[in-house]
Amino acid sequence: MRLFKSKPTNLPVFWKSYENLFKEPTSKDFDELVFVVLDTETTGFSFEEDRILSIGAVKIKRETISVQEVFDIYLEQEKFNKESVPVHGLLKHGQRACISEILALERFLNYVGNSIIVAHHARFDMGMLNSALLRNSLPELKNTVLDTGILYRKTLIKSYLVQPKTNYTLDELAEKFSISKKDRHTALGDAYITAVAFLKIITRLKEKKIFSLKMLTR
Amino acid sequence: MKNLISERVADFIKNFPPFNVLDSKSLYLLAEQVLIVYKEKNSIIFAVDENQHSHFYLVHKGAVSLHTPSSNNIMDYCDEGDVFGLRPLFANENYKLEARAHEECILYGIPIDVFRPIAKQNEEVSVFLMESFASNTRNPYSKNQKGQLYGLDGDENSQKEIKIQDLQLVRYSRKLISCSPRTTIQKAAELMTEKHIGSILAVSKGLAVGIITDKDLRSKVISGKQPITASVKSIMTSPVITYPKKLTITQAQMAMMKSNISHLVITEDGTPNSKALGILSKHDVMVSLGDNPAVLVKAIKRTHKIKKIKQLRKSVMMLLNGYLEQNIPLGLVAKIISELNDTCIKQVVEISLLKMKNPPPVKFAWLALGSQGRSEQLLHTDQDNALVFEDVSEENLPKTTSYFLDLSKKVTKGLNTIGYEYCPADMMASNPKWCLSLQEWKNKLSYWISNPGPNEVLMSSIFFDYSLAYGERTLLDNMSAHIFNTVEKYPIFLVHLANGALQSPSPTGFFRQFLVEQDGQHKDFFDLKSRALRPLIDAARVLILSHSIKGISNTWERYEKLAELEPNNKELYLACSYATKALLKFRTKHGLLHHDSGRFIELEQLTKQEKMKLKRTFKAIKEIQELITLRFKVANILR
Repeated sequence: MRLFKSKPTNLPVFWKSYENLFKEPTSKDFDELVFVVLDTETTGFSFEEDRILSIGAVKIKRETISVQEVFDIYLEQEKFNKESVPVHGLLKHGQRACISEILALERFLNYVGNSIIVAHHARFDMGMLNSALLRNSLPELKNTVLDTGILYRKTLIKSYLVQPKTNYTLDELAEKFSISKKDRHTALGDAYITAVAFLKIITRLKEKKIFSLKMLTR
Repeated sequence: MKNLISERVADFIKNFPPFNVLDSKSLYLLAEQVLIVYKEKNSIIFAVDENQHSHFYLVHKGAVSLHTPSSNNIMDYCDEGDVFGLRPLFANENYKLEARAHEECILYGIPIDVFRPIAKQNEEVSVFLMESFASNTRNPYSKNQKGQLYGLDGDENSQKEIKIQDLQLVRYSRKLISCSPRTTIQKAAELMTEKHIGSILAVSKGLAVGIITDKDLRSKVISGKQPITASVKSIMTSPVITYPKKLTITQAQMAMMKSNISHLVITEDGTPNSKALGILSKHDVMVSLGDNPAVLVKAIKRTHKIKKIKQLRKSVMMLLNGYLEQNIPLGLVAKIISELNDTCIKQVVEISLLKMKNPPPVKFAWLALGSQGRSEQLLHTDQDNALVFEDVSEENLPKTTSYFLDLSKKVTKGLNTIGYEYCPADMMASNPKWCLSLQEWKNKLSYWISNPGPNEVLMSSIFFDYSLAYGERTLLDNMSAHIFNTVEKYPIFLVHLANGALQSPSPTGFFRQFLVEQDGQHKDFFDLKSRALRPLIDAARVLILSHSIKGISNTWERYEKLAELEPNNKELYLACSYATKALLKFRTKHGLLHHDSGRFIELEQLTKQEKMKLKRTFKAIKEIQELITLRFKVANILR
């Protein structure tokens, strides 16, 4: 057995250009960082069995989201899980224009580039995206990932009599920050709610000691 | 590309002029190009003389203030749905005003190059914007035109100056109309009608013995309780509340608020035993003032919308600013502002109760904790509150708890809307741990007092400074009694509390230099709250508890009481009382200046004199901490 896995050489061009972006050092200045806040809607919770139905994302540069620059795609499905339809209302071959999984990944990588990914309960979305990449013989995502669920907990004061809950739903965050829950349970709608919550969390964290990207990823 | 976000944007902007007259095609076209900009509180959106942005702005969430170039004067506030930053649309020049996020904001940036052709096609749109731009009224459709012109250099007097003439003496009606207590009601009423007055004094042997007002006639005579042939004595309010003639407007208001009356009698020496000189009515007071607490209280009480309370709180802040500028004693200022804050909270609870489907199943009390509980809250800070309700049977408890939790959620949300941030430690009545029945609270308090660790001390320290914000006082009294009984049983608790009071970081270092924060956003700032105010507040609490004094939660009043109880330490206690007020005033002034909580002070901005003043208060802090160490023998037991 060889010590180093040989790099698969037959990676497509779009992956290579995505990969190349990470060779440049990212900005040290927090305000210069680009964040992509995303959410995925899926057929279920299993990384192996279930599939991504849609990916929605918004890009934050200098605390600004451009409506033109949002990402909103729907994927063609071979697998179809009837039970998840009532939650997000995505029907197999609905009215939306759907694209193949590989094309969706290509567009997503092209969109996300080397920005910092932000998601609520990011482990799930990242798992879904990485499983999709794996199915298409591609490596895992290389981006730095932030989880608004974890970041929100950092804004709370810790005291052992009033313990913060271990888990905050996106609904709870929306309520705390008075964000309208319109378009909840669509990928793009949830991505937008997450984005606003993220901006508000960052403001609150800036007031705390030692604020940097490093501290956020901890 | 049309998407959910652009639909969301379009959905919002279509409600506000000038976008409300656009056809849906233009609306969507525009919405797809919008920038959604987040601005944290106090950040600048554009500065004076900054190059034009390619967008103008619509406030989606929060509020924006526009400032004049020369000073920090606020020209205008923009609330949700208002447009600003229109200059690039009309003139090819740089911004003349500064726009700043007055609160945390979400703005929609409307792209000018996309908007301009749409506006050209639609005359109504251009007229609206032209008018908005020309006058400072953002919405020319609204009635209250402000008529202030944008960018008129040096036009300082267009600025509304809020003057508070509070140390002004009251002007009372000297033409005293009086009758004898034996006069018939009918005769008195005739006299009042003839003289066009709303109240008449009943005088016996030159001394005021009672008063009757229009209200008395209505409620006691017309309602049929007394015949018009009865004597004035049978319906008059007696005794009258009397004051000397050197009464300031603020004092008069406080007196009326306190006794819930609308007329004061002015006598020669201020007592009922001297000759009556005149009558002072609520109306007289209102006339002497433009913007005053009593008018605000009334306005708040009449409100049925939480958003309106938010507007009124802006006036409260203006009032506060005026008071501080005029050096009105802080004890008095704190009383008035706390009263106003209490009224706001009460009204929010009232409105929330109306929103509930059912009336409360049992009696309850809404408690203000922390600084609001101590009546020391002048600026908006975090909300700390709790709810207690009457004991119910075990099977009804879950149902009752869930009713009050629902109510609390509405109230805390309302409080958030009017400007109280949510408590970051979640110490709010909406937290199931802070919304309990009387018995549950008693158990919790007993636990804290009998098992005092650092956290229990922190919790109870918040809990010993509470006041009733709304509801049933007996519930609160019951809790207080329980606390005092339990403390008596566990004297060691006081030692822990005393130890807690000594934990605050010291304000100065070895060479008497200020100790500043080492890192974080407030690096090199002085933390006024935890280094100077908290030690004084904590010390006052433990000392007053050790004397078992109930019902005083305000820190300087506690010190004043202590000075009375321990004459040998009188000087120190009075120094502490003074220091607390001085520090709170300091904090409030800085908070108003920087539009924040005033907790962190930038030392470089202080004058030499201010620094001296601060340092003088530290002496009192040091001495009171020494007293506590000795008295409670903290050193022996805990170290």
